[in-house]
Amino acid sequence: MQLPPALHARLAGAPGSAEPLPVERDPAARTAPFRFAPRPVRFPREHDFFEEGDVQRHLYLQDVLTQVGGAPERPRVPEFTCQVAGCCQVFDALEDYEHHYHTLHRNVCSFCKRAFPSGHLLDTHILEWHDSLFQILAERQDMYQCLVEGCTEKFRTSRDRKEHLVMRHLYPVDFRFDKPRKSRGPVMPGAAEQVLAEAPGDDGVPSEVDAMEVCSEHVEPPPAPAGERRAYSHRIPSTICFGQGASRGFKRAKKRNKHQ
Amino acid sequence: MWSRQRGRLKPLCCGVEELRCRRREREAALRKARREQQLVSKRLLRDEALEEAEEGCVAMIFGEAEIQQFLRLAQRGTEEKEREGALVSLRRGLQRPETQQTFIRLEGSIRTLVGLLTSNQALLQLEAARCLHELSHSEQSAVVEACLPATSYLLTYLSGHSSDFISPHLTVLEALGYALSQLLQAKEAPEKIIPSVLGSTLPQHMLQLLQPGPKLNLGVAVEFAWCLHYIICSQVNNALLITQGALSTLGLLLLDLAGAVQRTEDAGLELLACPVFRCLSNLLTEAAAEAVGGQLQLRDERVVAALFILLQFLLQKQPSLLPEGLWLLNNLTANSPSFCTSLLSLDLIEPLLHLLSVSNVVSVLVLTVLCNVAEKGPAYCQRLWPGPLLSSLLDTLAFSDTEVVGQSLELLQLLFLYQPGAAQAFLQQSGLQALQRHEEVAQLQDRVHALQQTALHG
Repeated sequence: MQLPPALHARLAGAPGSAEPLPVERDPAARTAPFRFAPRPVRFPREHDFFEEGDVQRHLYLQDVLTQVGGAPERPRVPEFTCQVAGCCQVFDALEDYEHHYHTLHRNVCSFCKRAFPSGHLLDTHILEWHDSLFQILAERQDMYQCLVEGCTEKFRTSRDRKEHLVMRHLYPVDFRFDKPRKSRGPVMPGAAEQVLAEAPGDDGVPSEVDAMEVCSEHVEPPPAPAGERRAYSHRIPSTICFGQGASRGFKRAKKRNKHQ
Repeated sequence: MWSRQRGRLKPLCCGVEELRCRRREREAALRKARREQQLVSKRLLRDEALEEAEEGCVAMIFGEAEIQQFLRLAQRGTEEKEREGALVSLRRGLQRPETQQTFIRLEGSIRTLVGLLTSNQALLQLEAARCLHELSHSEQSAVVEACLPATSYLLTYLSGHSSDFISPHLTVLEALGYALSQLLQAKEAPEKIIPSVLGSTLPQHMLQLLQPGPKLNLGVAVEFAWCLHYIICSQVNNALLITQGALSTLGLLLLDLAGAVQRTEDAGLELLACPVFRCLSNLLTEAAAEAVGGQLQLRDERVVAALFILLQFLLQKQPSLLPEGLWLLNNLTANSPSFCTSLLSLDLIEPLLHLLSVSNVVSVLVLTVLCNVAEKGPAYCQRLWPGPLLSSLLDTLAFSDTEVVGQSLELLQLLFLYQPGAAQAFLQQSGLQALQRHEEVAQLQDRVHALQQTALHG
């Protein structure tokens, strides 16, 4: 069906109606046996005329409902348990398990068993938490590396670094990277992002942190409104909590206060 | 939910041919169901879907205490996964009519659900929308009606966000539209539900959601267009809809659709075209649509241009929907010299003739539209002549379908009457022989003889 090229231009053109040609009817036109008369036609709901369109509509709905009624498209498998020692999480979808494993078991600190979303963060953690040389050097120079890969900034304190992350890299003020030791259930795909930006109180477990720096016991309330960006620095925890519920790799006599 | 997943292929566990075969079977089943007046039965919709999606998963009947527990968890649980899980369980339960009944009778349950539908947590919103979905499937009208008051509020809330429609909002909107469409399909809808819908702000919201522009979402528009169709074809108070600008909104939407069809290969557009055709066509039969001097009328000839672009699209993608498009063309041209003139001045007669070979139903409609043009007199017939019209008519006279031939005879008569030389040309092209084969057909013989007389004797 070839359409005249000017038609598309007409569609894109200005609204308007055609000046009608003169209408001139001959009464002979509607004389028997001829019976044509122009008329707009109306169809009620159940009319057969609608059969085709209704069928197409229902086919579409069936497809949609199949997807809605089940979980979002994920191939289901018979239930199985995570095989990592001590983890008894159960799954029925490979995607969930993949995410779980990646989040909780892949980048695990062998010293303190904290889990991290990436090898990079794990390395940073080990350096800052389990390396005695780091602590010594940190007293004299900027050792706290920005966590964003590619950013070369270093900071004197963990808190300064956090401030940088929030200000420069737009991290939420309440972000955490660690996952608590006890797993909570099938992790949603995309939870890696959640790891970076957990809302306070979301996991319902107060941070039992025994952190590298002094860390407040409770989670801070939500950040101040946008207009007061600097105000938050008084309300954030004094350190980024990298891990939770873990034992320290080496003993400290007391909490460090110097880097507040 | 809908928008994201449309177009995504399900993992192919069987061959393409098998899929086509299954689709044909499903189509046949749906056709059969419709003929038995069962297509509106949600059971049909649900059974098919359930079979595929949740085999082996039996929905439980929940009592009041359990439902309350789920709602409480959903509202105030501390972990998002937990809250979501509660809603998932609730949704499964809501597949059972007993649970549905209990749910709507529980005080504050709908209110809680509405709260979750407007939650700022995307995943909760989605699950809540699924719950609403389940409720809208109910065979029991009481259940579905219980959801109705919430709809207005929800649409208000969601429309308020129109400047920043994010994905969960769209999903909730789509679910709402679907739920509403199920409601409006109910047998008792014309008496009980549609009047109250028309008396609320819902129609205005619906029309707003159908307005073309950057915020128009296909999935949402499809659902609300179907809602509008069920309202309109029930003939409760279409004049009201016209005063609310339904004709012009739908007209603009048609233009938008035609534009979209030119830009993209998106096969979902016919899902919106179909209800829009229906709404416009039925509205055009209302007296209010003809009211002189109203801005509410549909007069823009771009509508005709758009319609042809859509007809071309349908010819390729979904020819079975051509009749609905041509129905609209009929209703546009029947009493409108202006639109008939547009057909001529935009050179659309020849494209129209191309459709004559598609099917009998399509042919009858095409011929009817041509009759709409021809019956307006000599000035119109002159523009139909010469050209391919005569040879097309000789072709259609060779059809065996009585209705097609009958309509061809009507058109011939108009041409003979208004266009000098038409009868002559007809004779010269062996028209008499073409007429002869129908001399014995009961519904046709009178007209055949009359035409033979006119052709031979003027």
